[in-house]
Amino acid sequence: MGPEKDKDSAKGLPGGNPAAGLEKLSEAEALTKGRSPLSDAWREFRRNKIGVAGMVFIIFVIFVALAADVITPYHFSTQNLSYTREKPLTPYIVTTDQLPNCHWANTPLEQYCTVFIAGSDPLGRDLFSRVIYGTRVSLSVAFVAALVSILIGTVYGTISGYAGGRVDNFMMRIVDFLYAVPLLPIIILMTVYFQALSRRGVSTGFMGVLIDLSRATGGLLFIFIAIGALNWIGMARLARGQVLSYKQKEFVEAARAVGATSSRIVFRHLIPNVMGPLLIAESLAIPGYIFLEATLSFIGLGVNPPIPSWGAMINEGYRGIRSNPHLVLFPGVALSVLTLAFNFMGDGLRDAFDVRLRGRG
Amino acid sequence: MSENNVLVRVEHLTKHFPITRGLIIQRVVGAVQAVDDVSFDIKRGETLGLVGESGCGKSTTGRTILQLYRPTAGKVYYGDKELTALKGEELRRQRRNMQIIFQDPYASLDPRMTVGNIISEPLEVHSIGNASERRERVQELLRLVGLNPYFVNRYPHEFSGGQRQRIGIARALALQPEFIVLDEPISALDVSIQAQVVNLLEDLQERFGLTYLFIAHDLSMVRHISDRTAVMYLGKIVELAPRDELYGEPLHPYTQALLSAVPIPDPVKERQRQRIILEGDVPSPVNPPRGCRFHTRCPLAVDVCREVVPEWREASPGHWVSCHLV
Repeated sequence: MGPEKDKDSAKGLPGGNPAAGLEKLSEAEALTKGRSPLSDAWREFRRNKIGVAGMVFIIFVIFVALAADVITPYHFSTQNLSYTREKPLTPYIVTTDQLPNCHWANTPLEQYCTVFIAGSDPLGRDLFSRVIYGTRVSLSVAFVAALVSILIGTVYGTISGYAGGRVDNFMMRIVDFLYAVPLLPIIILMTVYFQALSRRGVSTGFMGVLIDLSRATGGLLFIFIAIGALNWIGMARLARGQVLSYKQKEFVEAARAVGATSSRIVFRHLIPNVMGPLLIAESLAIPGYIFLEATLSFIGLGVNPPIPSWGAMINEGYRGIRSNPHLVLFPGVALSVLTLAFNFMGDGLRDAFDVRLRGRG
Repeated sequence: MSENNVLVRVEHLTKHFPITRGLIIQRVVGAVQAVDDVSFDIKRGETLGLVGESGCGKSTTGRTILQLYRPTAGKVYYGDKELTALKGEELRRQRRNMQIIFQDPYASLDPRMTVGNIISEPLEVHSIGNASERRERVQELLRLVGLNPYFVNRYPHEFSGGQRQRIGIARALALQPEFIVLDEPISALDVSIQAQVVNLLEDLQERFGLTYLFIAHDLSMVRHISDRTAVMYLGKIVELAPRDELYGEPLHPYTQALLSAVPIPDPVKERQRQRIILEGDVPSPVNPPRGCRFHTRCPLAVDVCREVVPEWREASPGHWVSCHLV
């Protein structure tokens, strides 16, 4: 800061010995830690019991999904054809060639390898294991789709709102157009087309890469694309609206007055201010993503078998709902409870971030 | 009044905001003539007061001088540099010398940044010093504006209006500018706080030899702080004179009317005060009157006022006015 210092003393700033003052500060600074808007919101959120319960449950489900290999007796594709459509808690005799497939073989839990905790499906697979593995699909859809739509939406909307004028006009007309197109049928057609290609074994060029990717993700790629394509639009509109209101604020003008570049203004000032409402909208949209995945899987356009998806499991079970209700019950309950947890958390976050709702209820 | 004593020179500055219609093909259907052909100088170390009603273009003038709005026409010189010709990086570098303090201390600080980050932003933007030097400087600035240096980690919402305005002042001072536009810096504050902030601004000016363009609508405050005062009406400066001369013997009928509205804190004199009441409203800046812009409300208007734009001329040394009748 060489020349700066000189300028200081020339202008007579009370430079004195700032280093000496600094020593004392560090200690006292800890006592005067500011309350950021974020920490205020967190404090508010913690008072919302149901919201916290939802969040705790979601964290629990994340651990379950990560630890699925340990907490399930069998892999989701392990079959035992002698025991199909068994009722919950049915004990069965494990044949010696089946036992090594059990995750719990040679552990104190080995005895539970002989019980279908939640029954078995028509192909003789352990339903409990499949429901647990199903959390992986639902959660990855929830988080990847949320990430994709918030990234595309924020960037697109922020650019559109900040640029303004013709650029904004053009970008928003594209959004309007996409809004008007019924995307779900198009996505269904696309998925069918890709599945056909994939069955024929095309593996060259861009299509080949897509199909390989789709296979690597167990068919989830198209669900990600579908949900991303459906939802970034809303996010972009929301982001644009927020940016339009924030870019008029004087702190943005102040930043320009000190010589900040446009990218600095967008990334340091606009996006942090715009993120709050977007995160809330996103957390409220996640249940929809989980449902959309279940819907697509239910009509057979979701993940590739044998990867378990709750929607696909419900589809497999619903025809025999009278004789074997458990086939629908377990994945259905899991789906509802997870969706509900996300809803509760989203509501809690919205109440915590939206200052106007504070103090009510 | 030698030429090199002038820090900021404004020549025929004009700022029109276009009004557009149509979604895809936008055609310009008119313009808000916020500032129209304004010329004046600001001398090094002085405070030029700029007064006028709401919406007369005071703030636009200030922001156009700083190139926060690019002017429609006219030139602004800063020292010997023509600001209106600068672009991009050059302009960005030039911004170190000139800063602005805003009216609304609630909107002018980013709610998601700490006070420390807000004040050090100008330093970061111009890559001055390393992190610890910046911290040191921020604490120094906080002390300078009369705030506790421990506040660096706090957020703007934890402060009162007066304190926030001090933070805004600290941010403006961070780059050690020579010229500061004060855009109604005290209008949003309580009266008791106004005096504190004005005193702070005066102290800082004396200490660092700052040059101020003080925009306000409070005539007595402008009288207190400014060396010379300019009066604006509907996008034009109608009169500019040394403070005492302007307040003592105003030449323009609009200035006379404005000053007659100031209450006098002496009951005897106050009873004798003659108010000049202006008829009607300020015309729209989209479609300003022909000739002298004030003629629609001027009690003295004659035919020539309705047809010819009055010349901006020096009625007596240093006393500029734009009126046919002077």
